[in-house]
Amino acid sequence: MDRKKRKTSITEKKKEVLESLGTLGGSIYDQLDRGTFPVIDMPSRSTDNIAYDEKLRQFILGDRRVKRSARNISHVKPFTQLIWAALFSNELSSQRKTSTLRDVYYSAQAYEMTFKDQQESNNIITDLETVLGLSREDFNIFPEERSAVFGNLTIEYTVPGYEGKTLDLTSHPDGVMIGPALTTSEFVKTSADKVIAIEKGGLFTRFIEENVHRKYNSILVLTAGQAPRATRHFIRRLNEELNLPVYVFTDGDPWGMHIAMVIISGSANAAHLRELNTPDAKWSGVWATDIINYKLPTDPLDDVDMKRLYELQKDPRYKDPLWRREIKTFMKIKRKAEQEAFSRYGLTYIVDEYLPQKLEETK
Amino acid sequence: MVQRNDRFVVVKLKNERYVSLKQFVTNEVGKAQVAQTFEEISAADFFYRNRDIAGFTNPSRAIFVAIRELVENSLDAAESHRIPPDIYVRLSYEGEASQNGKGFSGLPNELEGEIERHNAENGESSRPDERELAQETEVYKLRVEDNGTGVPPRHIPSAFGQILFGSKYKLKQQRGTFGLGGKMAILYGQITTHQPATIISSTGISKTYMYRLMIDIQRNRPLIMDRKVLINKEMWRGTVVEFTLEGDYFRSMPKILDYFKQTAMVNPYANLTFVDPKGRLYKFARVTREMPVPPKETKPHPYGVDVELLQRLIQITPYKNMSDFLRNHFHRVGDITAQKFLEFSNLSPTKNPKRLDHEEIVRLMQMLKKFKDFLPPDASCLSPLGEDLLRTGILKEIKPEFVAVHQRKPATYAGHPFIVEIGIAYGGDVPARGSAVVYRFANRIPLLYDEANDVSLRVIQAMNWRRYHVAPEMPIGIVVHICSTKVPYKTVGKEFIADRPEVRREIANGLREVARQLQLFLSRREHVDRERKRLGVFSKYLPRIAQFSTQLAGKKKVPDIEKLLASVRKYGSEETQD
Repeated sequence: MDRKKRKTSITEKKKEVLESLGTLGGSIYDQLDRGTFPVIDMPSRSTDNIAYDEKLRQFILGDRRVKRSARNISHVKPFTQLIWAALFSNELSSQRKTSTLRDVYYSAQAYEMTFKDQQESNNIITDLETVLGLSREDFNIFPEERSAVFGNLTIEYTVPGYEGKTLDLTSHPDGVMIGPALTTSEFVKTSADKVIAIEKGGLFTRFIEENVHRKYNSILVLTAGQAPRATRHFIRRLNEELNLPVYVFTDGDPWGMHIAMVIISGSANAAHLRELNTPDAKWSGVWATDIINYKLPTDPLDDVDMKRLYELQKDPRYKDPLWRREIKTFMKIKRKAEQEAFSRYGLTYIVDEYLPQKLEETK
Repeated sequence: MVQRNDRFVVVKLKNERYVSLKQFVTNEVGKAQVAQTFEEISAADFFYRNRDIAGFTNPSRAIFVAIRELVENSLDAAESHRIPPDIYVRLSYEGEASQNGKGFSGLPNELEGEIERHNAENGESSRPDERELAQETEVYKLRVEDNGTGVPPRHIPSAFGQILFGSKYKLKQQRGTFGLGGKMAILYGQITTHQPATIISSTGISKTYMYRLMIDIQRNRPLIMDRKVLINKEMWRGTVVEFTLEGDYFRSMPKILDYFKQTAMVNPYANLTFVDPKGRLYKFARVTREMPVPPKETKPHPYGVDVELLQRLIQITPYKNMSDFLRNHFHRVGDITAQKFLEFSNLSPTKNPKRLDHEEIVRLMQMLKKFKDFLPPDASCLSPLGEDLLRTGILKEIKPEFVAVHQRKPATYAGHPFIVEIGIAYGGDVPARGSAVVYRFANRIPLLYDEANDVSLRVIQAMNWRRYHVAPEMPIGIVVHICSTKVPYKTVGKEFIADRPEVRREIANGLREVARQLQLFLSRREHVDRERKRLGVFSKYLPRIAQFSTQLAGKKKVPDIEKLLASVRKYGSEETQD
């Protein structure tokens, strides 16, 4: 690992964020100073401007752009909110503080910039992401955290008060929360050769107890359901900066399948953002065919599950043969199985038998 | 004037139907088996026993009706000579209602005996209202002063002490028709408190006459208890009526105050003063000396006659042939029309009308209604308020943000001319209560009861108000004034107008006209509101954009946005949309 190159990844991002915000402010200022109504130009996020890019293997926005003009009576309020959000983010970034979407909603009130509801303030933050082409974690607005990481990786903090401090991610047996501090930390060293992402907390704990990180030389990531954007970005960094292959283990149902897909190909909601997905990550199970091959105990698929399968069938991200085969198999057997279903063969069966077979199969 | 056994005395009551007294009594009281004995009952006695017909149904209603009747007489007395009315009404507390047999104990002994005898004969309870007289009933003294024409001294006793005597037996628009109401009020006062009424009046000469009167109910004659002639140095002109009556003021207070307020609305040229028993003064000041053109007297229109009226005309006519009879007694009938009509109805022009037998009279009445070529009645017998006075009155009493008024052209129903006047008011003192506040008037009398049954309310409810951008929660007041020689009241109570298609059409068309004007006002106001709001939005947000962007760009001096704000003001209506 080139230490110098690693350093730039986080510090340069910080610089880029502050520069972008300053440029936005300067542009508005100059327009006002010239005596014109300021205009902000950004890509349209309407559904007809979202397309799947085969090369990037994620959703992207098309060429259509929209103008927000302070001249327009219906724009002037969201316009002001957007500038306020930019100013708020600028303060967070320059003072190296973090915040949450909920915080944003309340902080606005201190500036007499009330938002109608949480949704309105969330939309403004998404607008700001679109204008800057940066994700909100980049300008220090984080979601509520619930995902975690465990494994042979040493990181170095960049957050105030912890600069230069390092942490071995095996030091806490429950794993370390992927929060603002971890997200903004630099990777120092690792001996792992793969990343295993796990949907459920129970299995994550089992893997730690069964020494999966040592047995299979891996870094374990708990997505806790649908992976938060910070976690998706974290997984991408593990893959990109450390060149580690990523394997995703989820429940054997349409929802688990989609958790893996969002890690791999991203979501339409984040079409305005880049670097949240890990195109080379692999979905290693539980597959529909695993349900048959391992004779797992199952539940029937209900109407909602079936409806979801039909939706996924039409989704451009699901065009690869493996995914098509698994969707068809689910539809055929009309059954689903959770990761815990392997316990019918004993608590360690999943670690000792299933995991190595699947890692090999999806290598 | 009214002879007890005179078959052809014609009674026109609150319901304004022409009937002979005999027929009236038979119709209205037949149920009470009075028919056989009607010839022994005087008009005063009859009304005494049927007070409900004149509105004296209970103590609270009685006090309201008494005030209303006297105020209306006073207004008529002033208006008939185009004098802007000054009316002072004082109601003062006299004491508790009499202990035994509230409401009826005060009758003179000799009269009481008579009435008891009558009632006993007819199987009626002698205390029909006893149970309705609630605890709150008290004795009040009512005094009404006006600056009207005054009553010539020799007429005073009959004018105030004899039922069905009066100056109003003519065909023109007036508030009361027979001067019955005022005397009913005095009669009611007499039977509830056994006190004489005091009348002071002068026609503006050097003497003022004061009478203390009671009504001999059984014989319908005034009993003069006292009479004084006073020197009138100031040449005062007017009439004062003062008498005591039992009533329930506190229950009737809201209606009485409504009555004064609404009367003031359609009589903006009148000074009305009311002092209530607690000494509270309610003053409704005149704002103009303009008064509506007084109505002219008119002959009956052929479409509006009935058999009784024909009989009455035949009785009194000096003309010896049908042609002259028709030309001289009917409105809108000239030589040619009379000739055409007589051909149409196969009557000889030379026939003496006095020779017509009963069947022929009935047939004449039917033919008069069938004949199509009578011109509609003209409206000179009507005295509408006029758009200016109506507007003045509405502005004065409810101070709205906006008012529109409209007077319809004269129309007729069943041979009776009528004019509808409509006003609409927005805001001001009009409450927003989920539906329009409706002020109804007939011949400038406020109608305060039975609103739900009135044709106006039905028309208002049937209107598609949304077409005029009027929402139910808006503060809207609607004034409907119908004036006619014969207001089409639905019942004898004179409280609501019947649903006649001709009347309905006029009200609806008038409403549409004022609603259109209201719509214009509302949309103009909405536009101004929108502009103000727009400006508000820009002046709220532009300075913040300037401030935030200055901080974000790391600059010191905030850019000047005054020019931008000015341009928003200038080109307010042009918005850029993308």
